[in-house]
Amino acid sequence: MIAALRKEFLLQWRTRAQAVAVFVFGATSLLLFSFAIGPNSAALRQHAAGFLWLGLLLSSTLTLSESFHAEMENRALEGLLLLPVSPRVLYYGKALANTIQLMLLGIALVPVMVVLYDAGTTRIPTVLLIIVLGTAGISAPGTLYSAMTSQARAKQTLLPLLLFPLIVPVLLASVKATSFAILGDPMEQGSRWMALLIAFNGIYWSLCGLLFDRVVED
Amino acid sequence: MPMEPLAIDAAHLARRYGRRWALADVSFQLRPGQVMMVSGRNGSGKTTLLRILSTAIRADGGRATVAGHDIVKGRDEIRRATALLAHQSYLYESLTARENLEIMGGAPPTSAALERVGLLERANDPVSTFSAGMRKRLSFARVLLQKPAIAFLDEPYGQLDPEGFVLVEQVIVELKRGGATVVVATHQIDRVAHFADTKLALENGRVA
Repeated sequence: MIAALRKEFLLQWRTRAQAVAVFVFGATSLLLFSFAIGPNSAALRQHAAGFLWLGLLLSSTLTLSESFHAEMENRALEGLLLLPVSPRVLYYGKALANTIQLMLLGIALVPVMVVLYDAGTTRIPTVLLIIVLGTAGISAPGTLYSAMTSQARAKQTLLPLLLFPLIVPVLLASVKATSFAILGDPMEQGSRWMALLIAFNGIYWSLCGLLFDRVVED
Repeated sequence: MPMEPLAIDAAHLARRYGRRWALADVSFQLRPGQVMMVSGRNGSGKTTLLRILSTAIRADGGRATVAGHDIVKGRDEIRRATALLAHQSYLYESLTARENLEIMGGAPPTSAALERVGLLERANDPVSTFSAGMRKRLSFARVLLQKPAIAFLDEPYGQLDPEGFVLVEQVIVELKRGGATVVVATHQIDRVAHFADTKLALENGRVA
């Protein structure tokens, strides 16, 4: 597992220019979404959480669709599968690395959201926790679908088509929980949405790990 | 006297791609420590045979045991016992030669393997800067690190220079001396013939 994670981090570090491009794409998306609302600070603040997660979701498809590019070059993934290594270890290594990459992207987009949408909050640890859970909930099925679509010609189109319907619960829970963290949560409803996020993470991470070897084996 | 278990026992192996049978009714047996040369024209089924035996792909018919394990039920055991030098290098372009060997897990003696294939000086260069021949050498280092009981070498001479040809032969002889079984699919029939113990010729996916 450590070797699998090390490989992922090395690959990500060597292609770090792509991470910068993905961040610029996410920040640009947030800027364009703010134009749709107009100069209404109350409306901007109200929709900030939704736009943050939409920006993160759109950016994640760029990251996820490329996450198996290096594996398919020279059939490196097949080479790893022929080693006495469980495909599950490879899956969890990649899914974890994707989670960390998306989490860092999410954290980097928060200040952009605060500036553009006037959506400051004092509940920073809560927002960070929601980003961790939300990005993990996107990464687990996203990594599986990325493996499935990696050899397809239209992978950039196929991946969101498959992924978006599946992660609606995670997206909804992340938006709601973030919204409560930004706008205030007198009834403590945010924790329920976070519990839902944890539950879906449990389902996605266990199911996708089980299915991965069926996806990658001949 | 008990009979020595076979390294490979293949019976009626078959595989098709779409409607075309790439391999049909291929049977053979190979004892441990033997070198077998698989020859045949392009598209005769050499690569498909090696990929089935190394569990990279599944057979559509027939059965086989490799290192005493069934190719369907004992995939993990077979993967522990075998190594495949494939047409594709199995290398990550953005990683260095050393990193490509290190990601195989554990703490293998990567420097020794790199020195063996003549790439120690380029150990810290990314694979993307390597020529086709150097990639082939690095793939060989990958096979050596696995210390296989059975090695499948698919066109091992491809893209190599004359020095590389000698290296391939030395490695095969070393593997054989170490007790490994080696299956070599090649067009270089004359080169391999003098150290091969047995031969299998394929034509249109069948034993010729």
